[in-house]
Amino acid sequence: MVPESYYTALSAILFATGVVGVVIRRNPLVIFMSIELMLNAANLALVAFAHRLGNLEGQVLVFFVMAVAAAEVAVGLAIIVAIFRLRTRLSVDDLSLMRW
Amino acid sequence: MGQLAFALLAVLAVGSALGLIVKRNPIHGALFLVVNLASIAVLYLMLGAEFLALAQIIVYAGAIMVLFVFAIMVLIPGKEETGPDPLRRVRVLALPLGAVLMVMLVAVAARWGAGPSGPGGARGLEALGRVLFTEYLLPFELTSVLLLAAMVGVILLARGKA
Repeated sequence: MVPESYYTALSAILFATGVVGVVIRRNPLVIFMSIELMLNAANLALVAFAHRLGNLEGQVLVFFVMAVAAAEVAVGLAIIVAIFRLRTRLSVDDLSLMRW
Repeated sequence: MGQLAFALLAVLAVGSALGLIVKRNPIHGALFLVVNLASIAVLYLMLGAEFLALAQIIVYAGAIMVLFVFAIMVLIPGKEETGPDPLRRVRVLALPLGAVLMVMLVAVAARWGAGPSGPGGARGLEALGRVLFTEYLLPFELTSVLLLAAMVGVILLARGKA
């Protein structure tokens, strides 16, 4: 049997990897995929705790996180495609119109 | 045996996560993310969450990643992050700081999960369905409203200047 701390440690590693991915990449789609990686890391931690505490509420929360993530990906990708469809470069650094 | 399975899945998950953030081609990154989602689904199976494992495969790897691949195909590669990085001097800080973040998170997370396991409660699909339709019925119904709102939003965004 694997102790649950291994699962939460793996979740932490995946989360930190997602954070680094969001910061160092300029392609908005890869940034979005790194955000999904972070969401999955959090889901893994939730399921690990649900397993440990024998309480199903962690799994219920993961269920809702998955539904919300699906909705978020649909809307987010629609926004990204709408923004970048007519541009020549696919880089988030170009979206500086609202910077001071 | 469980330890071996976990070790393999952990290596697969971390390796594919690194592949996602490193590979230049976003399609390669999407495929790496699919591998990552599948390994997390198997980890859910090991944790006794069978429904979530299947939902992960069907929803995340099957629907969300297909959406990503569609979006990547619409924004044809060739318009990628080419050229010098204007924020390079700041972005190189991400790697050591990311490593620090990872160490901090692992230190906290490994301590939280440690300790004796709690009482073995109800597991499995029937118990999850029971909880979902009694205690959490309101969020369940609101999720359908959320999905409807997302659908309307996406249709509106995709319509363009019609």
